[in-house]
Amino acid sequence: MFDGYTSSELMSIFAMQGFAGLSLFSVFVLMALGLAIIFGQMGVINMAHGEFMILGAYTTYLTSGFFQSYLPGLFGGYFFVAMILAFFICAALGALVEWLMIRHLYHRPLDTLLATWGLSLIMQQAYRSIFGAREVGVDLPEWMMGAIPVTDMVDLPINGVFVMIIALSVAVGVYLLMYRSGYGKKVRAVVQNRPMAEAVGINSAGIDRATFALGCGIAGIAGAAFTMIGSTGPSSGQAYIVDTFLVVVFGGAQSLIGTIVSAFGISQAQSTMEFFLSGSMAKVLTLLVVIGILMIRPEGLMALKVRR
Amino acid sequence: MGTTDTTATRRSDGKGPGFRKSLMTLAASVMLATSVQAATPSTAEVNTTGLAVTDDTVTVGILHSITGTMAISEIGSVQAEKLAIDQINASGGVLGRQIEFVQEDGASDWPTFAEKTRKLLRQDNVAAIFGAWTSASRKAILPVIEQFNGMLYYPTFYEGLEQSPNVVYTGQEATQQILASIDWAVETKGAKTFYLLGSDYIWPRTSNKIARKHIDKLGLKVVGEEYYPLGHTQFNSVINKIKLRKPDVIFASVVGGSNVAFYKQMKAAGVDFTDEKPLLLTISVTEDEIRGIGGENVEGIYASMKYFQSLDNANNKEFVAAFKEAYGDDMVIGDVTQAAYLGPWLWKAAVEKAGSFDIDKIREEFAGIEFDKAPEGYVRIHENHHLWSKTRIGQAQLDGQYKVVYETEELMEPDPFPKGYQ
Repeated sequence: MFDGYTSSELMSIFAMQGFAGLSLFSVFVLMALGLAIIFGQMGVINMAHGEFMILGAYTTYLTSGFFQSYLPGLFGGYFFVAMILAFFICAALGALVEWLMIRHLYHRPLDTLLATWGLSLIMQQAYRSIFGAREVGVDLPEWMMGAIPVTDMVDLPINGVFVMIIALSVAVGVYLLMYRSGYGKKVRAVVQNRPMAEAVGINSAGIDRATFALGCGIAGIAGAAFTMIGSTGPSSGQAYIVDTFLVVVFGGAQSLIGTIVSAFGISQAQSTMEFFLSGSMAKVLTLLVVIGILMIRPEGLMALKVRR
Repeated sequence: MGTTDTTATRRSDGKGPGFRKSLMTLAASVMLATSVQAATPSTAEVNTTGLAVTDDTVTVGILHSITGTMAISEIGSVQAEKLAIDQINASGGVLGRQIEFVQEDGASDWPTFAEKTRKLLRQDNVAAIFGAWTSASRKAILPVIEQFNGMLYYPTFYEGLEQSPNVVYTGQEATQQILASIDWAVETKGAKTFYLLGSDYIWPRTSNKIARKHIDKLGLKVVGEEYYPLGHTQFNSVINKIKLRKPDVIFASVVGGSNVAFYKQMKAAGVDFTDEKPLLLTISVTEDEIRGIGGENVEGIYASMKYFQSLDNANNKEFVAAFKEAYGDDMVIGDVTQAAYLGPWLWKAAVEKAGSFDIDKIREEFAGIEFDKAPEGYVRIHENHHLWSKTRIGQAQLDGQYKVVYETEELMEPDPFPKGYQ
């Protein structure tokens, strides 16, 4: 398998494969965090998660167009503005959706599944009507393109590094919010025992809305980040949704740490196998391993132990 | 623009098709006996099978996905077909009849294509169907169109291995696209090693099979062959593999959203295609796709197609100008869009040669029908219902257009069942 390669070539390749795995890991973390928050904390399966991501991507597309036309001097920094906008726009839409639809369906998990799936179709067709069926090209500032040459063979893609930084920041932000803030304390209380939390005066309906909005907002940030590495079209969100569910379910529904551990495991397994096997086979094997582990541990890698 | 009425049925009398058919046959034979040849031949004469033809109109069907995941690709084809129909109408129609169309939406769902084909043939009695894009949708249409003896004009370049009496294939089949491009890479670029990369479904797999056979025949080497699921968005591992194997040519048939991810990540990994180390040769990226990928990410890649928007000939200049006038200046025209534009024109030529709208009579006349106003240049229908056409290599430019660097001297013969390549 390694015939004909010098050892320095092999070293470089392993270094770059390691990086490829890490960058896949950060993509998974970004995709899955929003879903994990909503699924884990509220028990709602948001099938429209991918479409919220694409809303973030379209926000980035519009912002880039706006900067090109009106503020060309600041184009290099538009991406940060776009991410913030993407977060708030997606969060606002998320809150609206929660108020209109989700809150009426809390005790009917299968219905939320159907309702959010319907929502995803509506959103896809809305994008198609507004932005056209074709994929749009999002222009990136110069500094975000290309690679940092480390050695002759090893190049680190700048956008890969950038996605990693965003994933890390979002993960830390969510951790602080969930475990170091009053809001997080309330969320955890509602998850562990809703009637008791309500009894001590926590507004559980408000918490639900904020949580759903937060999850959608994070999806928006992910969508903005993915304009660098993927396509932006009405149905591009579908490409991410399966992997996202895989990561969340494998990690254990109610555990954010589990989500991160599972994202790491799946991404490393997949990128290592992709190198030795073909792309499709790597995917098949990854799925088989995940199914096998879920058969032994149906609750996922890390399950929250609560008294029911 | 024509009508977009999707519900109206155009049956003028209340009688069943059987009764009308016999009446028309009778009328037709009377006509022939008296050999009346007016400028506009009578309806009974040109339509003996109960198609939706009146004294001054003929109805055809357009069947593409305008919703769902394939809409992105198929809308260009719809636009081209409507443009061709408008132009034919402006120049006097077909056998003196104006073309009307019924448009149906395949909704990116293969059973829907079959159902809508049935509706177009049985309820609307259309004289021709311009439609389908993916091989899956064509395969869904096939049994229906054969059962009810309709005629489909199919625009996409595809894997071959098919030859239906009820389909005209206006795009290239795999050997036309592939053989010439590999010969070109070997002869002008000195390519010795190839890396085959595609999305995981029938078209890339068949195409790469043909490519591999051809590369073997030339005594050269395939150093990797790899498929990724449709919609795959992470290509870092394969990019590393390519860097390690150092092929002279990456032969790519990645499609859809994966395309965008692949080229963006190649670019980000520090690959500059203008260096041609490795040279990237694709059979799946038209000008349409580049709009989504971004010109800066594909600058320098080569594509093998039969048509590029930048083709420098009078037909094409007229076509591009008319297309932009109809749909806006920012439109781009890819290979399939041009092939879709050929459909109505080839149908018109066949109808006029046969002097009839009858499917069976048209079919007799297909072989040898020529169209010299095609934007791609002269084309001719082969007796296997595919087109003789030239294959061209274009190099992608920063502005998202291709610059044509090579074209075959002769028309390539379509060979849907290539011997020695299966």
